[in-house]
Amino acid sequence: NLLIGKMKLPQFSFTVYANYTDKNLFEYKKNAIKTSKYNLFSFLPLNLFEQFSRLANAYFLFLLILQLIPQISAVPWFTTAVPLLIVLSVSGVKDANDDINRHKQDKQVNNRKVKVLIHGELREERWMNIQVGDIIKLESNQFVPADLLLLSSSEPLNLIYVETAELDGETNLKVKQALTVTGEMGDNMDDLSAFRGELRCEPPNNRLDKFKGTLTVDGQQHGVDNDKILLRGCTVRNTEWCFGLVIFAGSDTKLMQNSGRTTFKRTRIDQLMNILVLCIFGFLATICAIMTVGHAVWEVNEGSAFTAFLPRQSGVDIPLSSFYAFWSYVIVLNTVVPISLYVSVEMIRLGNSFFIDWDRKMYYPKKDTPAQARTTTLNEELGQIKYIFSDKTGTLTQNIMTFNKCSINGRNYVSGELCDFSGQRIEITENTERVDFSWNQLADPKFVFHDYSLLKTMKEGNLEAQAFFRLLALCHTVMPEENLPGELNYQAQSPDEDALVTAARNFGFVFRSRTPESITVMEMGRKVTYELLAVLDFNNVRKRMSVIVRDPEGRMTLYCKGADTIIYERLHPSCSKLKDITTTHLNEYAGDGLRTLALAYKDLEKSYMERWLERHHEASTAIEGREDKLDVLYEDIETDLMLLGATAVEDKLQDGVPHTIEQLAKADIKIWVLTGDKQETAENIGYSCNMLREEMEIFVVTANTANEVKEELQVAEERLLATMKANAKELYQHKTQTVPDETVNGEYGLIINGHSLAYALQEDLELELLRTACMCKTVICCRVTPLQKAMVVELVKKYKQAITLAIGDGANDVSMIKAAHIGVGISGQEGMQAVLSSDFSFAQFRYLQRLLLVHGRWSYIRMCKFLQYFFYKNFSYTLVHFWYGFFCGFSAQTVYDDWFITMYNMVYTATSVLALGLFDQDVNDRWSFRYPQLYSPGQLNTFFSKKTFVRCVMVSTYTSLVLFFIPWAAMQDSVRGDGKDVADYQSFALSTQTSLMIVVSAQQMFLDTFYWTAINQFFLWGSIAAYLAITFTFFSNGLFFVFTSSFPFIGTARNSLKQPNVWLTMFLTCLLCVLPTVAFRFLHMQLRPTITDKVRYKAREEGQPAPAPYRPPPRRVSTRRSSYAFSHSQGYGDLVTSRKFLRLK
Amino acid sequence: MMASSYKDEDGHITVSGSGAAAGGGGGSLRSKKPENTAFKQQRLPAWQPILTAGTVLPAFFIIGLMFIPIGIGLYVTSNNIKEFEVDYTGVEMSSPCFTCSQNFSWNSTKPCTCSVPFHLDQPYESNVFMYYGLSNFYQNHRRYVKSRDDSQLNGNEESLRKPSKECEPYAKHNNKPIAPCGAIANSMFNDSLELIYIDPNGTKVQIPLTATGIAWWTDKHVKFRNPGAENTNLTVVFQGTTRPVNWRRPVFQLDSDPDNNGFINEDFIVWMRTAALPTFRKLYRIIQRRSNVHPTLPRGNYSLEVVYNYPVRSFEGRKRMILSTISWMGGKNPFLGIAYVSVGSVCFLLGVLLLIIHHKYGNRNNAAEISH
Repeated sequence: NLLIGKMKLPQFSFTVYANYTDKNLFEYKKNAIKTSKYNLFSFLPLNLFEQFSRLANAYFLFLLILQLIPQISAVPWFTTAVPLLIVLSVSGVKDANDDINRHKQDKQVNNRKVKVLIHGELREERWMNIQVGDIIKLESNQFVPADLLLLSSSEPLNLIYVETAELDGETNLKVKQALTVTGEMGDNMDDLSAFRGELRCEPPNNRLDKFKGTLTVDGQQHGVDNDKILLRGCTVRNTEWCFGLVIFAGSDTKLMQNSGRTTFKRTRIDQLMNILVLCIFGFLATICAIMTVGHAVWEVNEGSAFTAFLPRQSGVDIPLSSFYAFWSYVIVLNTVVPISLYVSVEMIRLGNSFFIDWDRKMYYPKKDTPAQARTTTLNEELGQIKYIFSDKTGTLTQNIMTFNKCSINGRNYVSGELCDFSGQRIEITENTERVDFSWNQLADPKFVFHDYSLLKTMKEGNLEAQAFFRLLALCHTVMPEENLPGELNYQAQSPDEDALVTAARNFGFVFRSRTPESITVMEMGRKVTYELLAVLDFNNVRKRMSVIVRDPEGRMTLYCKGADTIIYERLHPSCSKLKDITTTHLNEYAGDGLRTLALAYKDLEKSYMERWLERHHEASTAIEGREDKLDVLYEDIETDLMLLGATAVEDKLQDGVPHTIEQLAKADIKIWVLTGDKQETAENIGYSCNMLREEMEIFVVTANTANEVKEELQVAEERLLATMKANAKELYQHKTQTVPDETVNGEYGLIINGHSLAYALQEDLELELLRTACMCKTVICCRVTPLQKAMVVELVKKYKQAITLAIGDGANDVSMIKAAHIGVGISGQEGMQAVLSSDFSFAQFRYLQRLLLVHGRWSYIRMCKFLQYFFYKNFSYTLVHFWYGFFCGFSAQTVYDDWFITMYNMVYTATSVLALGLFDQDVNDRWSFRYPQLYSPGQLNTFFSKKTFVRCVMVSTYTSLVLFFIPWAAMQDSVRGDGKDVADYQSFALSTQTSLMIVVSAQQMFLDTFYWTAINQFFLWGSIAAYLAITFTFFSNGLFFVFTSSFPFIGTARNSLKQPNVWLTMFLTCLLCVLPTVAFRFLHMQLRPTITDKVRYKAREEGQPAPAPYRPPPRRVSTRRSSYAFSHSQGYGDLVTSRKFLRLK
Repeated sequence: MMASSYKDEDGHITVSGSGAAAGGGGGSLRSKKPENTAFKQQRLPAWQPILTAGTVLPAFFIIGLMFIPIGIGLYVTSNNIKEFEVDYTGVEMSSPCFTCSQNFSWNSTKPCTCSVPFHLDQPYESNVFMYYGLSNFYQNHRRYVKSRDDSQLNGNEESLRKPSKECEPYAKHNNKPIAPCGAIANSMFNDSLELIYIDPNGTKVQIPLTATGIAWWTDKHVKFRNPGAENTNLTVVFQGTTRPVNWRRPVFQLDSDPDNNGFINEDFIVWMRTAALPTFRKLYRIIQRRSNVHPTLPRGNYSLEVVYNYPVRSFEGRKRMILSTISWMGGKNPFLGIAYVSVGSVCFLLGVLLLIIHHKYGNRNNAAEISH
């Protein structure tokens, strides 16, 4: 009922009218989102259509139709119909189940409630009923249901705080501010419902950080930018209420625009299989054509003369009969691609997915989360990953900042590690003794510190230490919340500040409360109120923040914290000695990848200060050039500082991250970090998890124009190319669609930020970027948008022909997770979006190594073995028909009996090959971890490729030749021991099919299976037993009497299998099939053992691998760089000093 | 990392889960922790064979040493079998059956006969088996193979009256169902062969031929049965049906012996067991050994008396008569013996070759360090 209209304007094509009730002319998108595909009625036709649009299914349908034509049908129709039906229903049920889940999820999201202003009153409405133009009310901790224009809020200055973790992964709070003109309405319902704003803006798009529009209220135009927009997916924090006007709803919202389309992921083996199936079709057509020609020739030469005994069918002449023969052979030979291939592949993948779900070593007890394979069709690709794209926050890190070390007046206090008496670093565990803070009633119980000496120093009343923590308690923009006396809660804009202020709190300098003019601190139990004279705010250029306070005694002091490089420039010369000591500490911190800040203070003279404050007032009220004037003032006062020390905050990595990264690197997997965070933060994480190392040369691309980006990239590239061998350079001269892998000498890293990436990802530069990036050991992209993450992934996918994996935990990772071949979601941190769109999920980054190095590798090996074996067994089986064609007048006579044909793929060979595909292991998981390089054959795709396929076809051609011609030669004019017939068709069929069964079982038994569990044995022997049992049953009298015409092979088994020469023939056949393969493989192992052979050999000799000795992390000292990082943003200084900030409650 | 409690070097030392979450598993709250079974954790005990010199080389030698004697045995056995073959198609002008083969017509009333003389160089001891052989005869053609009605042949009365469609175009003739129907039955071999021994002094002695016991027991007693109750008059049973087009006699007149008449006539059964290959032989008669003193077929001259009914000239087929003795491994076929000997020798040689290679290069495998 609220209304919207649309008007074309030259600048902004999208227009929203607030609260119009009578202009319901144009439809905007509803806020309901729909990710499901089917509904109740469309399911059957749509799903069937989808299934039959798969080549394989369509092909089998076609075969089925062929088999229904009596002239052509060489085998009964049910041989195809039954498997096809099973396949269709299995995948149908699976699709239906998936879609039901999507429906549920959609429903849950669409039915969330929000308050909407309708006819001057607030009503609870469902999210899906929200329309563009509605005004809605949001409260603290509510999700924003659509993209909104902020109108007003409960907070001063019409501010509200939002968390955008779902959007960009940044967990610090962001501030949005409404226009004054709308903010004046407050929560006055009458005003709000009478509001007739008209917003013109750009049409829906996916840029999260930009918005442009104008709001026209009462004829006056107001500019609207991104600061006034609340995006769907954000969460409102620390704001009692706010009102917003819906601009974009449903799929128009920036979140949805960013999430990208869901594409059906297929594995590389799937694609290869499709190509192979096409090749096989070609092969099949060729063979059938040969047979057709043969048939025609035979009909002309022999058949026409043979009509006395075998008359032609009425109305069928030679060309027509040849035409029939073609299709008959298509039916007979179609078993080269049996439908059971697809069923078995799906079953193997499903089974391997279950093994992932069941793995206790990927189960995270703290959150009770097991690993989960959400997509069950991608397993083997886990064994082929070449590139990993990882998010940072929540994926590599726990998103917890801990105050870890500090250097106070040249003394190093270390919490993160301790040294025992011999100077060895010892590891911190949960049991290591912690500093006891119980004397401090206001201490935060969650704070952990291990170095007692610092507390001792504090208690001794060390002035520097006190000044150090006083600084931390004063110089920040944290807001305290004390709901009950003594229960302090800090609302920090950045987690770093939270960590620092909490540290001060626990060491006895408790930041208690603040007003715009004062800060109250409990200093070792004594309440002190400081007058806050000025806040010299933080920004990314200044890289520091200062406060100027007056203590109760009237002394004025400036406290400053910031990047060491910046602070050092502003120190008083007398600090130089302290500076040197602190620098060594800072280097040590940097080496450990900690985020550092340097702290300094300056005592101010009264006269100077008075003058400065006057100038400050002047400057801050200036209309023009306010910023510049303030900057000058700040520069002026922040000089001759006295160094206090430095802090080191640890952006806590998840457990085992560096080890995992090291293991993955050994497996030749490249890891790129794509993060929405700042460059410094990302860089620090790079160091702390060992991806960046001090000895690496690091290229940083942070340009703002396309040309600069190009230049920077080229500089890097030249540097890299200079180290390369000359011949390798030439390789690149050929313009190909794929960028080859190039190796450079030395180790390099590339850091690129979002702005540069935007240019670098353009068409003319993307190859440049990719090439440079791929030559570097480590690539870190910071400040990237979700879509850019996806674009980077796409870029690698497009030119590298490599399998990519994206891992992330937040909504900002969704697009990259969807874009990569395999998406992995870290469950249990920032909401579920990433997990929901992922293919695999688990709780800890370190499980990735198990997923890839164990499960992935096994799945890949299993799938490859399965496919090779499967094609082998079917080609061997089918080609026998081909050879027989030359001896039966090309009449499409099958060699085996009909029941064998029906059962061969479905029963006799199905289970044991499934067991192979489910249980095989080359070496166990410990050896897999011991030798991560076992992973590389998968990346190179060596176990199943076109080459191996051709080899496999050649081997099976040989097998089929042996299978046919040995019995053929042995049976020539042969008779039984009692002179009776044994060279008849049925005996021939029986001995050939029995040899085939033995050959395919033996081939598998002795050669392909590496890991013989009882189940494998059971299935293998069971298959042979089943074959014999079924054969004897089907050839028995009983069945013959009941279904006379269906079981014409009565007695064949009894009569021929008691003949010694039949057994001798079969024995010879089997040996001839198996021996060459044994010899070849043995020879290969002797002459060119693969890594697998070697490790298997070693494993056999040694049993279990010796556990790798624990290496304490090397102590690294940074010599070159500042590890300053601070995820803070500008504007908070103004905020905490603004008069309206603290309302009286 | 420094503060890391991660000891899980290779994932085997499980994360100490004594915390609340793991402990919760014992209580009413069911933990999602997967079960610790060997199957689910993929730790099933397994045998992991590797192709090593210790297994492969002996295997080759053993196979080689086993196959060669077997092969020699087979070869000798096959060689000891006596076999004699005579082609009586009558293609050449000189052949005694030339006239018969030239003047063939399906509906000639007077059978054409010819006699083919031959000489046996050695005496044939024990039972001798007499085969007829056909060449270039596609009994394995798909349309031919399926052109029969097993149900009818098994004595099913309904199928007798209504032969299966598969029998077309030999299902009905003059609106009467054909018994037995189908192309196989229709093309049944109907030459009759007699063997006459010519004494050194010129007297002709007809050799007695046994016509029963030439088909598989299962065929004779299970697969093929006459319709109607046992011992009923076959003429009555088959009333209302007609004989196959090419046949001269109806099915119930194939033999005077009621146990060898109708569908259970053994010549018919043997014919109905279609051959796998276009050149085949089928057991025709057995020459039983009469006495221990005299050979079954002594050395000397014989004459094969042929009633020439079966035309093969049109498709360039050949008709042969084969006399053969039998061993435990069947008829004469040197292939298996030769194959076993050659495979055995190749195996042995391969074994030697692999042994040499293993000695020269094999240690690479063991000694080689696995590069990191």
